Amino acid sequence: MKIAVPVQFVPDLVEELIVDAQGNRLDPYAIRWILNEFDDHAIEQAVILKEKGGADITVIAPDFEGADDALFAAAAKGADHLVKITADYDGGINAHALARLFAPILDGLKPDIILTGVQAHSSLDGSAGALLAETLGLPYVGYVSGIDAAGGKATVRKEYPGGLTAILDVTLPAVFGIQAAETPPRYVPITKVRQAMKTNQIDEESQDLDLSGGLEPARMYPPEVGQRAAMLEGDIDDVAEKIAAILSDQGIL
Amino acid sequence: MEGMNPLALPSEMGEAAIAILGDSRLRGCIQCGTCSGVCPFGFLMDYPPVRMISAVRSDTFQRVLTSDAIWMCVACSACTTSCPTQIPLTENLMTRTKEELILAGSVPAELQSALENSQRYGNPLGESPRKRTDWLRGIDAMVPVMGKDTRQADVLWFVGDYASYHTRVQPGTRTFAMLLNRLGVNFAILGQEENSDGDSQRLAGERGLFELLAEKNGRAFRKYKFHEIITTDPHAYNALKNEYPKLGISYPVRHYSEFLAGMLDQIRPMLRREVKARVAFHDPCYLGRINDIYDPPRALLQAIPGLTLLEMPHFRKTSLCCGGGGGGMWLDGFSWEKAHIRLSEWRVQEAVQVGADILAIACPYEAPRFEDATKTVKKAEHLLVRDICELLSDAMEAVV
Amino acid sequence: MNNDIYVLIEHVRGQIADISYIMLAQANQLAPSTGGKVIALLLGQGAQGLASDLAADRVAYIDHPALAEFTGEATQRVLADILARETPRLVLMGDTTIGSDVAGMLSARLNLPLVSACRAIRVEAGCLAFTSQTCGGKMMADGVLPTGTTLVLMVPGAFKPDQGRAAKAPAVETLAAPDLGGLRVSLKQYNEPASEDVDITREAILVGVGRGIQREDNLELAQELAEALGGVVCATRPVVDQNWLPTTRLVGKSGKTVKPKVYIALGISGAPEHSESITGSEMIIAVNTDAAAPIFDMAKYGTTIDLLDLLPVLSEKVRQAKSG
Repeated sequence: MKIAVPVQFVPDLVEELIVDAQGNRLDPYAIRWILNEFDDHAIEQAVILKEKGGADITVIAPDFEGADDALFAAAAKGADHLVKITADYDGGINAHALARLFAPILDGLKPDIILTGVQAHSSLDGSAGALLAETLGLPYVGYVSGIDAAGGKATVRKEYPGGLTAILDVTLPAVFGIQAAETPPRYVPITKVRQAMKTNQIDEESQDLDLSGGLEPARMYPPEVGQRAAMLEGDIDDVAEKIAAILSDQGIL
Repeated sequence: MEGMNPLALPSEMGEAAIAILGDSRLRGCIQCGTCSGVCPFGFLMDYPPVRMISAVRSDTFQRVLTSDAIWMCVACSACTTSCPTQIPLTENLMTRTKEELILAGSVPAELQSALENSQRYGNPLGESPRKRTDWLRGIDAMVPVMGKDTRQADVLWFVGDYASYHTRVQPGTRTFAMLLNRLGVNFAILGQEENSDGDSQRLAGERGLFELLAEKNGRAFRKYKFHEIITTDPHAYNALKNEYPKLGISYPVRHYSEFLAGMLDQIRPMLRREVKARVAFHDPCYLGRINDIYDPPRALLQAIPGLTLLEMPHFRKTSLCCGGGGGGMWLDGFSWEKAHIRLSEWRVQEAVQVGADILAIACPYEAPRFEDATKTVKKAEHLLVRDICELLSDAMEAVV
Repeated sequence: MNNDIYVLIEHVRGQIADISYIMLAQANQLAPSTGGKVIALLLGQGAQGLASDLAADRVAYIDHPALAEFTGEATQRVLADILARETPRLVLMGDTTIGSDVAGMLSARLNLPLVSACRAIRVEAGCLAFTSQTCGGKMMADGVLPTGTTLVLMVPGAFKPDQGRAAKAPAVETLAAPDLGGLRVSLKQYNEPASEDVDITREAILVGVGRGIQREDNLELAQELAEALGGVVCATRPVVDQNWLPTTRLVGKSGKTVKPKVYIALGISGAPEHSESITGSEMIIAVNTDAAAPIFDMAKYGTTIDLLDLLPVLSEKVRQAKSG
């Protein structure tokens, strides 16, 4: 079974987010890119499927800073082929652009299953996976947290609102937007990543970027903190007392 | 190997398992069990060191690998120090087993975060590397940063992760900076170029990560000129002194207690204020037991007027680990779940027992651990936890 | 192009999601300015009854067996069929596990621009301006919607569901369904959440745990507080993913929306996927060591004391206050 995992990078929220001088996007110099957490789950789910019944996994990433590390880490976990897409990313990236970057490669690869993170916190134009699926003419199910596949068909667990989940049957090939892998992403020891660097190659492809379909904001800004919480001061005991008093006032105690 | 022959000679048994662990010195084990007796958590492990070795010999080591008791090991080296046949148990058995588990993908979740953070952010706490020098904000001292303010100094001060980021440890860090100023020491720090020393990650079984961090620090060191490295962190001290040279990164290094003790003639006249207190000194595992440095911290404390130095029942070589080493700092919940005691509480109990007012420390892992313990141990509410450099600073007159 | 605003009504197992009403309220506020009508799109099988309290000028209802349960594929085909004929100003869909699937597919299929995570749309200088949230709620983005038909994925913002409910049932127009043969996705069954577990949407006191709880065993501390208060523990996504609590306790985008009297948020950052589901709480008290966590923007009271330190002490004080 052939599995492809297109991934993307998002601003690491551990770092401070700074709006650039023009005021309508994040300062690219302040951003530290990190593999989208949901894509990490997608890679994990691909490896789980490989462990369940065998698969050939290709991971595809845009050439952002840290892409090589992320690809080799994926190889250390079990990915078989690594592809990096170079393009002019200076003007930014969005879900529509990503879908267009991935589509031709996937068209050529013809995987049975495409797994990608269902969302990215930096997106303002929806899910790259959904856009990608339709571009390729493939069915799409998002918010997937479990997959079994055999004989041209996949059975997936999709999340519905209210904590409900449902089992769906999907004819392959198909694209799945991963919410969570069946088990959390495993740890990959550095020695294994280093081994992967020696035994794996990253294929590079070059493409043009097309951002249309998404919108460039006119302004970006941190949310107004007008109604910020009243912070309770004091040591552990003081604060516990205060909270107990607040709860008492609310009629809880 | 089929079956176990209890009468076969130790050297004939478990060749395969010994080969896996790569150390024939395990053959010298006489199964006396001292290691497991002195191990602070030995009573809780289903496979304490003595049983791990017998499992190697009987080729049943697989069972050890499926038990998670190994993660109780805090790499305090009590076992290593007490072994009559001098097997390097901590590194060659305990850490080596942790390495096998990590390679097999079996890592407690808490530890996984600390390791991933170390790799990505250069510190196990998951803080941005750009905030590594935030402790300098508002400080009333000159702290030159290599690359920014200077390219050389007499002394490079390797600050360390917890000293840089942890709110309970930062005050001690700032005090040490001010002390260096008062003593006119020509020093600098690496600032944001500094990465975790990696020693605890190494002992927790991630050798590859340790090497990655060491290489990064090595590259930073090579850019600048200095005569020696000093550090307030015994784990960093151990790494820089004993492990980095194996990777070709070799500099003279001293723990700050050695450094300051060497300047006692200059320091003594400055200690004008009395610190009237009964002070028990906790020997950190990585300073004392593992690196044989016991006297310099005591010399510093004894120079403080009014201070009465006490020894606790476990002291010097027999000092009780605070529980932070070998990954213990990142497995607190795990070990609590298994033990329902914390080693740090045991230690604080001893301090109370000898009537100490202050528990003096010289390792950044200890401040948060012991302070937490003072809140839960009976009659320990009054016990203060102070770093040696803080006590020295207390004894100096304020700079006008 | 006409000036109508379409709203895709989300419903699962006979229940209309709150976001549908919120979007209707938003649409009704905009319609006078666009000069069009608000048309609710209701897809299903035998589901006409659900139209009765939708605050819309009219409901376009499409009935088909393949629409009995929601699948992105079938819904998307119906909408694509409608949009091939009609060109409304806006199509509003919920930024949810339902709407998000559909919008992406439609955008690529019909080459329509798409804006997601949108909290509000308003008229500004003759244009339609939007405000979306991004980066875990740490950044907001404002912009102008293009002038052609635009797809918008909405999250709860200023409007409340009641503002989208109608006292009088709207007119319902049944539209013919397109050919829905050859569907590649079908729903086999729902997984019933464990019925013995509590229904957190009915609880008055909730103790929410997030990533900051760090370890499964620390949950005990939260349970103790919940017990002391007479409440129940719920959680965010990361906690449930690790299987530390069942999915019935999940509060958030793909979980439940809660409206307790008191919500104590422990180690929760306040990212939108969770926070949008607790806005109905009467009072939120947040415990998080990160002073910059977005949760403090919605909490009434907060503290940066470590929850692991605070909980035992707080539980004890609560017990004392209750017995004393």
